[in-house]
Amino acid sequence: MTSQATTANTIQTGVASNAGAKAGAGSKRSLSWLIPTLYIVFLMLPIYWLVNMSFKTNQEITGVFSLWPQSPTLRNYAVIFTDPAWYSGYINSILYVVLNTVISVAVALPAAYAFSRYRFLGDKHLFFWLLTNRMAPPAVFALPFFQLYSAFGLIDTHIAVAIAHCLFNVPLAVWILEGFMSGVPKEIDETAYIDGYSFPKFFAKIFVPLIASGIGVAAFFCFMFSWVELLIARTLTTTDAKPIAATMTRTVSASGMDWGVLAAAGVLTIIPGALVIYFVRNYIAKGFALGRV
Amino acid sequence: MNKTWNNKAWFMVLPVLLLVAFSAVIPLMTVVNYSVQDTFGNNQFFWNGVGWFSDVLESDRFWQALGRNLLFSGIILTIEIPLGILIALNMPKKGLGVPVCLVLMALPLLIPWNVVGTIWQVFGRVDIGLLGRTLHSLGINYNYVNNVFDAWLTLIIMDVWHWTSLVVLLCYAGLVSIPEAYYQAAKIDGASRWAVFRYIQLPKMKRVLLIAFLLRFMDSFMIYTEPFVVTGGGPGNSTTFLSIDLVKMAIGQFDLGPAAAMSIIYFLIILLLSWIFYTVMTSSDEQA
Repeated sequence: MTSQATTANTIQTGVASNAGAKAGAGSKRSLSWLIPTLYIVFLMLPIYWLVNMSFKTNQEITGVFSLWPQSPTLRNYAVIFTDPAWYSGYINSILYVVLNTVISVAVALPAAYAFSRYRFLGDKHLFFWLLTNRMAPPAVFALPFFQLYSAFGLIDTHIAVAIAHCLFNVPLAVWILEGFMSGVPKEIDETAYIDGYSFPKFFAKIFVPLIASGIGVAAFFCFMFSWVELLIARTLTTTDAKPIAATMTRTVSASGMDWGVLAAAGVLTIIPGALVIYFVRNYIAKGFALGRV
Repeated sequence: MNKTWNNKAWFMVLPVLLLVAFSAVIPLMTVVNYSVQDTFGNNQFFWNGVGWFSDVLESDRFWQALGRNLLFSGIILTIEIPLGILIALNMPKKGLGVPVCLVLMALPLLIPWNVVGTIWQVFGRVDIGLLGRTLHSLGINYNYVNNVFDAWLTLIIMDVWHWTSLVVLLCYAGLVSIPEAYYQAAKIDGASRWAVFRYIQLPKMKRVLLIAFLLRFMDSFMIYTEPFVVTGGGPGNSTTFLSIDLVKMAIGQFDLGPAAAMSIIYFLIILLLSWIFYTVMTSSDEQA
């Protein structure tokens, strides 16, 4: 195909070579189409199985092997939406995740500005120290966290989990925002000062709108890592602020494992993530490169 | 960008510093405190020096868990990085396919880690899971509960399922930032597909690949929730990674001293490796 296209290029004029290039691209697409599709099928299979299970009765799950529900039921979802022990888990999770996202982005904004615009004593060491906290294994911190937050009487509150998750989300937010801010020319700051803007006014009115997509991306990442983390969230909560993911571990009852409810709860934990991805889909590509491509 | 020297910038960093110090330094000092003391219970502690550290460093249990961690990270990096590049190269460049691919691929990244574990635990079960059931009906004796190889296989496939998308999205971000003119120039020069990849796409992806490598290494090295849910560290101790062992020791057996010493060694390993990565990354920044 490629050789044909090049022959066309050498012999004929612009129009023909254009057509050749198009044909080449077309045949390549028909081949490359396969790989992402196979990958997506691989990604969707386990999720499909979970969704499938969530609409089955427990007898069907353990008794019959079927690729789709034979007698679809909403009973599993009904259990979750009528039992406060279940649905309060969702409210708790969303509360501390949102709280964490707001705190992380709010404190990271000025710090990222400082890192992107100024050099100061120990700046590089500080930046590395911040990053090491992103690298700290949660398992190391689980027990001391419990003792620290007990000492402050914060155990089983949403704010405790939100602050604890700042450990890895703040460094990440600083990192992402610093990347986006470095892409904004410094002349913009200087022009604004000449025009008589004070720093806070400049920051809020001019700078923040310029890096709005960066803030969105940072918020997305904070949301994501706080939403998926469980070890610390579970360690710091007992009943009132218990996250949904921890509630899921209680599906073993006297009558055996309640697979249907477990699957339904799993499906419901996927939904907020899916919604968030849908909203940031246009920034995802840039965001995953942390604004530094 | 040439930056101005201004020590007042410290005031802007201060909130971050205080918040992270509260969450990081105080707990870390608690750990250090435990690691050098022993107790007879009753909250009476006495100095134990480096006793716990030498205990941990001399125990086979620690080295075996560390070995498992390194093996796991090594395997998943050799699978996920090339696979991620391959998929990113074949992603659609424009049209409706782009958002569809991005949203579907990002989905596993936003599933809580224990739900990921649950999904694969169920998916692989021989009695009710699609994977386990299918393999069984094909006559393959697959059982991740008591076969070491199957347990590892399940964990590796699970991690590939969970995280390859991160590599794909990073590489994709690197690829879409390459100007069309580069490809046209390559075409005029008659460059082969391989040459385009080697001399245009790979150098442009270097930066994001480093981020991908760094994130995947760190996260796989401290993996806890997913293997804990799927295998619980078994069969035997075959999938007991450092983090699982650590939690077992600290919360299960309440051996605070050894657990704290192990935490510090674990943290120092990650710190050292991260420092190497960070140096490599910043030096590549300066070249660019």
